[in-house]
Amino acid sequence: MSEHSSNLANLIFGRLSLEAIPYHEPILVLTFLGVAVGGLAVLGALTYFKLWGPLWRNWVTSIDHKKIGIMYMILGIIMLLRGFADALMMRTQQALSFGDNVGFLPPHHYDQVFTAHGVIMIFFVAMPLVTGLMNFVMPLQIGARDVAFPFLNNFSFWMTAMGAALVMVSLFIGEFAKTGWLAYPPLSGILQSPDVGVDYYIWSLQIAGVGTLLSGVNMVVTIIKMRAPGMAMMKMPVFTWTALCTNILIVAAFPILTAVLAMLSLDRYVGTNFFTNDLGGSAMLYVNIIWIWGHPEVYILILPVFGVFSEIVATFCSKRLFGYTSMVYATIVITLLSYLVWLHHFFTMGAGASVNSFFGITTMIISIPTGAKLFNWLFTMYHGRIRFEVPMLWTVGFMVTFVIGGMTGVMLAVPPADFILHNSLFLIAHFHNVIIGGVVFGAFAAINYWFPKAFGFKLDHKWGVRSFWLWFFGFWFAFTPLYILGLMGITRRMSHFDDMSLHPYFIVAAFGAFLIACGIACFLIQIAVSVMKRKELADHTGDPWGGRTLEWSTSSPPPNYNYAFTPRVHAADAWFDMKNHDYKRPTEGFVPIHMPKNTGAGFIISALAAVLGFALIWHMWIPAIAAFIAMMVAIITHTFNYKRDYYISAEEVVRVENARTELLANHV
Amino acid sequence: MPRLKPLHFIGLFAALLLSGCNMVLLSPSGDIATQQRDILLISTWLMLLIIVPVIFLTLLFAWKYRASNTDAPYNPEWSHSTVLELVIWAVPLIIIIALGAITWVSTHQLDPYRPLDRISEGQAIPENTKPLVIDAVAMDWKWLFIYPEQGIATVNELAAPVNRPIEFRITSTTMMNSLAIPALAGMIYAMPGMQTELHAVINKEGVYEGFSGNYSGAGFSHMRFKFHGLTDADFDKWVADNHTAGSALSRANYLKLETPSINDPVQRFASIDAGLYDAILNRCVEDNRMCIKDMAAIDVKGGMGREGTYNLATNDILKRRIGLALVEQKTYVGALCAPGTAPTARTL
Repeated sequence: MSEHSSNLANLIFGRLSLEAIPYHEPILVLTFLGVAVGGLAVLGALTYFKLWGPLWRNWVTSIDHKKIGIMYMILGIIMLLRGFADALMMRTQQALSFGDNVGFLPPHHYDQVFTAHGVIMIFFVAMPLVTGLMNFVMPLQIGARDVAFPFLNNFSFWMTAMGAALVMVSLFIGEFAKTGWLAYPPLSGILQSPDVGVDYYIWSLQIAGVGTLLSGVNMVVTIIKMRAPGMAMMKMPVFTWTALCTNILIVAAFPILTAVLAMLSLDRYVGTNFFTNDLGGSAMLYVNIIWIWGHPEVYILILPVFGVFSEIVATFCSKRLFGYTSMVYATIVITLLSYLVWLHHFFTMGAGASVNSFFGITTMIISIPTGAKLFNWLFTMYHGRIRFEVPMLWTVGFMVTFVIGGMTGVMLAVPPADFILHNSLFLIAHFHNVIIGGVVFGAFAAINYWFPKAFGFKLDHKWGVRSFWLWFFGFWFAFTPLYILGLMGITRRMSHFDDMSLHPYFIVAAFGAFLIACGIACFLIQIAVSVMKRKELADHTGDPWGGRTLEWSTSSPPPNYNYAFTPRVHAADAWFDMKNHDYKRPTEGFVPIHMPKNTGAGFIISALAAVLGFALIWHMWIPAIAAFIAMMVAIITHTFNYKRDYYISAEEVVRVENARTELLANHV
Repeated sequence: MPRLKPLHFIGLFAALLLSGCNMVLLSPSGDIATQQRDILLISTWLMLLIIVPVIFLTLLFAWKYRASNTDAPYNPEWSHSTVLELVIWAVPLIIIIALGAITWVSTHQLDPYRPLDRISEGQAIPENTKPLVIDAVAMDWKWLFIYPEQGIATVNELAAPVNRPIEFRITSTTMMNSLAIPALAGMIYAMPGMQTELHAVINKEGVYEGFSGNYSGAGFSHMRFKFHGLTDADFDKWVADNHTAGSALSRANYLKLETPSINDPVQRFASIDAGLYDAILNRCVEDNRMCIKDMAAIDVKGGMGREGTYNLATNDILKRRIGLALVEQKTYVGALCAPGTAPTARTL
């Protein structure tokens, strides 16, 4: 009898017990208290100001690509704070843990911190930031009213957010993986990592991965099918081109991640032997497969940002982008080549010299189109009139920083050099050089550039400049010592050092991280200050920077239908062309606009997916089955929802457009 | 020129940091690491040919074409120049062709599997020199080095005579690690059930750092050892000391050693069980397990079909020994007919 009931409890609670709450770890308890107090304050404020309804109606269930884009950006920024807290802990640990001092993080905790840092920064900071940008900007740039599959877009966002939520849950219930961000077996196998950490890793990435893949499909279709009439492929804005290539990469690469994680799950859950040490498994197989996803992933992050810089440099130099055609072909070449370089992540795994040389040389070849892009930005500046607004500062900072990262990348691509640099802090410095110097700088440039479009007012200049310089110097202070330590033969992921002579470098690196923290603080202050000064910073024109692409032709923020009439495109830089030809904004003849309708299905299905993931992580089989059935019911129910669209009446369009006419007349 | 400031600052900062530190990658003591260093420097110089002008031009253009400088030329429609585009594609292409050629040749020359063809620059290998074979085993979390020729083994200490080629055969017991001795040569992974190789030579006497360069779990940070480059006489003495000081590395002792541990002191073994390294590599040190090579040989002949599944052993003993109580029972293929062992458990 008692055995029977304990079996039942086991099926319900699985491995979960009170032991799983890390109340003996002061850092986590304090974090939990902070999160709990902050969370309660937010919940209280939402209740007090009666915002639950608006939040649900206008945001959670919204299928408006602009709102979804903004939610992606908010998710990315919140997760940046978490990922950066991890970074600060690592830098502090490495600055303290010398000789007899073991620092404040035991390996058990430190190993989770660097794993979580990598996973969060790539999957839940960089990915949401670039996806959010593409979501917000791309449909506006091609003159569309939304993406091709608006519901799917909402669902994709919530899957990504739920993946992030699972990672956050691991902080307070159980633990996260201690395997490094790619969870190589055999370390991530059930024998070496029997606890829930790797399962949190697997299910948070699987859930977020579904979102990313669907969003990729959505955007590819949107760009191919929904461009405004006249916008031939070679008249698309460069950002839209890079978005297209990125999403093609997503569609081709993310199933590989799903498959490899599924195989790892099978090894862990049902005892298959894909990657185990025994019975014919091969960890090298995992390393190959995950990098066949992993390398294109790098370009998934950087390509949209290249597009961002292309837009910004042309706008703020008040000049047509130099070499549009070669920019497009460079993007396409990078897209194709990104699949031919994955082995450079493990030259030291024992492949033959010819294989290593092949992958080394393909890697170097990527630097040719990348170099061409850099020259194109450079020659756009040549004979331009450069306005050093905040986005342009980030762009110049990027160009100077990124070339160094590119150079160290090619150094790592030469196999004999890689043998001495592999897994060293030099490598760490290199990829932060391209990810911070590229993706993060680009994301901040983009936020500063498109913020007025999203919210109708510019971001404060002064705080933006401060944020930039702190990030810029912070980056160099944090990672120059790592380059040097790498040349001194120091390897990555160390939680303790014996050699006291290394100490000064880690102190400087920690100081750099502190500067970056100030940079992030300035960014948050910048947003707060701008909200307070929003009247003063307001953009009534819809075109605050003298933009060149279509999104600047509509109001800031755009009406929910984006364009009352679908624009006709005659040239690249469509809005610039329209301005040059004395474009007159239509003020009459408006017709009803067909729009998709909000739905809560995306949120509900994703939330059930997160419950399913949590149940699977803890081996809670009954809740897992229940969550799966509930999810299927929700999906099937949603397919019977035929009230998917509505019309914005002509009167409503007239009202909105007349308001804009009046605004323009008053301010321009 | 305010925009030049950051670069100045960084240069100064870098110079400060660089002074007085020992960059082992740039001044190594082994011929392979030296050649790898040379490739690193050549590729850096080649790329600086393009990186320096780009950074310079970026800052120059940013300064010169600033909006407030209305004297500078302004051509808002200038966006194409065939000559310029040819140049910006061709110059990186030429550099990459040069670098690609260097890569192809040097990758083959410095392939870690390739036996050495020289001791150092201008010094050929004397006739009839046999390389010193060292079997390196990455364990949780320590290094075992077996010297088959000398019949000794050590934990967390490695020694080799200067100017004698060394042939490492490398494997691991459970995790993926890498054998890294930056002063000697670049790293190569150590993986369970697989062997990688590294050929290298140390040219200067001295004590060098060695460690695992691939994260492998809790004890990773302490998975370090000293590598001693010794004269022939000192090396002989070191071997002799091992012979006198050490205990025997029997299979039973090895299995005890395999228990995960952190920060292990140096241990010495005066003798080693015959075929131990081979058994470690083939994951059959316990005598009830089939060796991987035998399994592979059977599989090559088409496997044993259903009968093959009747010969599975469990990891029960291993589990208890290395304290993996949480883990569910796992199975592996049992030894076919090892004399003197109990019958293997049938679990399927």
